[in-house]
Amino acid sequence: MTPEALYVIAGAGVFMTGLAGTLGRAHLFWKVLGVNFMGSGIFLLLLAGAPRIPGEGADPVPQAMVLTGIVVATAATALGLGMALRVAVRSGGPYLSEDMPGARKKRTESVGSRDDHGETPTPGNPS
Amino acid sequence: MELILSLLSAATGWIALPLLVVLSSFIPGVGIMFLREDQHGLRTALNLAGAVLKVVLVGLMLWGVSLGTQYEWSLEVLPGFELTLVGDSLALLFVTLSAGLWLVTTVYAVGYLEGSPNRTRFFSFFSLCVTATTGLAMAGDLFTFVLFYEALTWTTYPLIVHRGTPEALRAGRTYLAYTLTAGAFLLVGAVGLNALAGSVEFRSGGLLDAELVAGAPGAYTLVFLLLLAGVGVKVAFFPLHGWLPAAMVAPAPVSALLHAVAVVKAGAFGLVRLLHSVFGIELATDLGLAPLVAGLAAVTIVYGSIRALHQDDLKRRLAFSTVSQLSYIALGAALLAPTAHIGGIVHLVHQGIMKITLFFCAGLLAETLHIKNVSEMGGVGRRMPLTMLAFSVAALGMIGLPPMAGFASKWYLGIGALESGAGWAVPVLLVSSMLNAAYFLPILGTAWFHDQNAPWRDVGGSRRLEADWKLLVPALVTAALTLGAGIFAGSPWSPLGWTRLIVEQGVL
Amino acid sequence: MNRIELWSTLLVVAPLVGAMLSLIGGRRSILAGLALGSAGSLTGAGGAWFTVHTDGVVRHLLGGWGRPLGIELYVDGLSVVFLSLTAVIATAVSVYSSVYFGAIAPPGGGDAPGARGARYFAPLSLFLWAALNGVFLSGDLFNLYVMLEIVGLSATALVTLAVTAKATEAGMRYLLVSLSGSMLFLLGVAILYMGHGTLSLEGIAALRPAGPSAAAALAIMTVGLAAKTALFPLHAWLPPAHAAAPAPASAILSALVVKASFYVIVRLWLFVYGLTLPDTGAEQAFLLLGALGAAAIVWGSVLALRQVSLKRLIAYSTVAQLGYLFVMFPLLTRPGQDAPGGAWSLDAWSGGLYHALSHGLAKAAMFLAAGNMTYAVADDAIESISGVARRLPMSLLAFGLAGLSLAGVPPSGGFLAKWLLLGAALERGQWVWVAVIAIGGLLTVAYVLKVARQAFEAPEHSETFRSVPRRMEWTALTLALLAVLLGVRAVEILELLLVGGTGPWS
Repeated sequence: MTPEALYVIAGAGVFMTGLAGTLGRAHLFWKVLGVNFMGSGIFLLLLAGAPRIPGEGADPVPQAMVLTGIVVATAATALGLGMALRVAVRSGGPYLSEDMPGARKKRTESVGSRDDHGETPTPGNPS
Repeated sequence: MELILSLLSAATGWIALPLLVVLSSFIPGVGIMFLREDQHGLRTALNLAGAVLKVVLVGLMLWGVSLGTQYEWSLEVLPGFELTLVGDSLALLFVTLSAGLWLVTTVYAVGYLEGSPNRTRFFSFFSLCVTATTGLAMAGDLFTFVLFYEALTWTTYPLIVHRGTPEALRAGRTYLAYTLTAGAFLLVGAVGLNALAGSVEFRSGGLLDAELVAGAPGAYTLVFLLLLAGVGVKVAFFPLHGWLPAAMVAPAPVSALLHAVAVVKAGAFGLVRLLHSVFGIELATDLGLAPLVAGLAAVTIVYGSIRALHQDDLKRRLAFSTVSQLSYIALGAALLAPTAHIGGIVHLVHQGIMKITLFFCAGLLAETLHIKNVSEMGGVGRRMPLTMLAFSVAALGMIGLPPMAGFASKWYLGIGALESGAGWAVPVLLVSSMLNAAYFLPILGTAWFHDQNAPWRDVGGSRRLEADWKLLVPALVTAALTLGAGIFAGSPWSPLGWTRLIVEQGVL
Repeated sequence: MNRIELWSTLLVVAPLVGAMLSLIGGRRSILAGLALGSAGSLTGAGGAWFTVHTDGVVRHLLGGWGRPLGIELYVDGLSVVFLSLTAVIATAVSVYSSVYFGAIAPPGGGDAPGARGARYFAPLSLFLWAALNGVFLSGDLFNLYVMLEIVGLSATALVTLAVTAKATEAGMRYLLVSLSGSMLFLLGVAILYMGHGTLSLEGIAALRPAGPSAAAALAIMTVGLAAKTALFPLHAWLPPAHAAAPAPASAILSALVVKASFYVIVRLWLFVYGLTLPDTGAEQAFLLLGALGAAAIVWGSVLALRQVSLKRLIAYSTVAQLGYLFVMFPLLTRPGQDAPGGAWSLDAWSGGLYHALSHGLAKAAMFLAAGNMTYAVADDAIESISGVARRLPMSLLAFGLAGLSLAGVPPSGGFLAKWLLLGAALERGQWVWVAVIAIGGLLTVAYVLKVARQAFEAPEHSETFRSVPRRMEWTALTLALLAVLLGVRAVEILELLLVGGTGPWS
């Protein structure tokens, strides 16, 4: 097995782990981390699968993509964790309501719900 | 004077006149929308200016067409599809009817709605409704027709629910349920026709190629049925007529316009276009479709008359009468004889002026004496003689008595039926006339020869007149038109004369 | 500097600089930022329109950096149409927001939600705006990924401008869906790059991607983008998110953000894979997309009809209307004609894209009008908007006109779109699509009328009516009128849509 193939398999594994975490875990921290994992898996894939030109070394494009991708992933993870924290403060737990432990599974497409539209002041703004 | 005349005759040569005719009610309609509720003077002025201008423009077009000008204006909307307005003699017949009756109805509506709320909205949509009607009258192809036909549905809806009562809203819902479903059928039919035939442009004698149709008669029949369902609701064919009596909750001027000019006539006119300008009457007969329409029309004629017999509510009785009378137009158009076509198409105009008179009078009775039912009309002829005179003229015309307008329609229809070998239609016409007499004559008898048998809530008119002149004059004008159209039927400028021109020129 | 460089720079840089400017805070800097973004985008979109109209497709390597590392811009008719739509809607929303947040913010400022919106709406929407323009200008896949990610991040932040538990949660859910979708897209990009050694859209198209790995990449990317576009059954995140956001944000989200990922789907299917698709039997895939779209139309409309909250009704309407965009796909290929390039139905293409345009304008108008109504009665429930007809006739008119455009009532952009789509369906004799399109229109009328009827009812507590600033009413009406005007003449836009360097009509 070539090292590239190993990396490809590892990358795919990390991606699937992340996907499973995002979809399967209820805790928002794991969900956000899962997305981060998915990104890392793709970065592995990109670096491993980059065509290599004999005599010139590795193709620089995937490296540029990974570098940029890491920046984006960091920003996204930061926003995700920040929002997870707010959900935890405002809804009483780091879960989306349909995943809330102990809560009855609630359909998101509830018909009877009214939405606040941000014009009624609520106390406890943590920002 | 000479200068003005030469200017006018130069104007008749301007082939974009159809666009101006449409805009002459569109611009006031949009303008009124932005007026304040209390700007009565400006609103009325805009409205009347638009109505008068439209009549003048239509007059110019009539003159131009008689000189041989061919009016056409088009704008490419989609690649291959144009918004086309044409001013052929058939279109002009309908446009003249709507322009003329819009003017009188505007006067009537100003008087009728005096002091009631939401008049800005009312008059705005009133103008837009006429815009849609004139647009579809002059539509040069099915694409344009569908566009204005749907727009008509929507501009009429606010008028029907104008009073905002639960009953009005319910009627509005019924109206939309019927007409929107029909609109969907019409749209699918029109697009389907384009997919089959590659064109939707109206043409004398039909746009379809007989050989092409012979290749796929099933598909063309399906398209015809879709289009028929589309226009059939507005023609109020049995059993698609349910919305029309329900829509009676609208204010009287709306009913008048609805029954004489706008909605139902759009359906009837569409049916004429479908039979003559799309399929061609011969092709439609060969496919067995025109006889189908004729049969439907015959059933509806009798059905509407029988239902009218049992209505005590005056407006409902008139509504069922409309259901029946409209099918005269359909019947005439669907028979295979030019004489029948003349009878059908001229009834488009004759029924319009007669029915609008009847609705004007019904509104007059309701406004002046709060009479809504036939049973309360005893002796009303003495209290409101002019109103009842107008009513009587129109009612006798409906029955088909000479010299009123209705006689000419029925005469041509009967002869046409015989000529086209559809002898079965003659008894239908006779039975219908008897039924007409059976539901109209008792009204006249009660009004003229009975004594007052119900309490009136008399709000009175001015001292000299029996009612508000803004309501009375329009009714008298249209009653006079009913008489005139019958008496001067031989003149080339009468509706009958013009219709004969249409048929003889081969515009159909 | 050539012309397209000027226009594209304006399109991206003007909103970005505007965003920085508005971050300084204070009313004046916010207005200056919004004005800069609007002016730059409008000019840029107009200029790009003119350039593409006269010169055809424009390709440009930003800053002169060559392939493969340089950023490649690719501007064709499709790009220009979406750029213009974005410029018009975002400008109108900017005008609206300049009054909206001022009106709901308490004079003292501070921590109240209105003040939060007033502070952060402008920078966030301007970032979003720059990223949207970036999506429509991108000529390579990775650049598309980055721009989509910025769109997603700023969009979720807009949702959470409302400081309620519900809004935060809706934003969180949206963020997770959006990020996962981006990751799937990126995975597809990685696979494509490994197979073809280039990221350029045109470069990959020229290599005629085919085979299992290219197909897998397309499938993975499409799933990710469909989640971002809220295609049924991946739509559940949309209604709570779009309903929770402040009205101007909802307008941008429903009208533009979901269109960005749709745009990328179109780019992929018709341009990158466009030349190979008819050969490789895309019929089944197209059929699946169409079936999901049809399900979205019916399901979204029925749920819209059952909502009690005004903004949720409009949000479900978005789910339904997005379905029409996907119904376009199965109508694109003509039966029995397999020659690449000649096999595409022009009607389906024009109809689908025209629907995207008119839905954008109409839906933005609808959300802004709804914002006026809910602002006036300080409640989002449909049953509490009684009396709006008398108090806010202009907003109701805007709502009604926009609704009729969505329903496809003439004259409107929606009518022409429906005419074209129906034409494509009937040409193939596919009655299922015909029925779906027709029924969808009737259901649309039903839910629009549900709102309009309530607006005509007499109000119970008329004293609680807040007066609405005129400018908010006018912007909503202007957008609705533009949606109607689209129905008067489509020729130029449809011609422009055919200016494309790769894909069906090269």
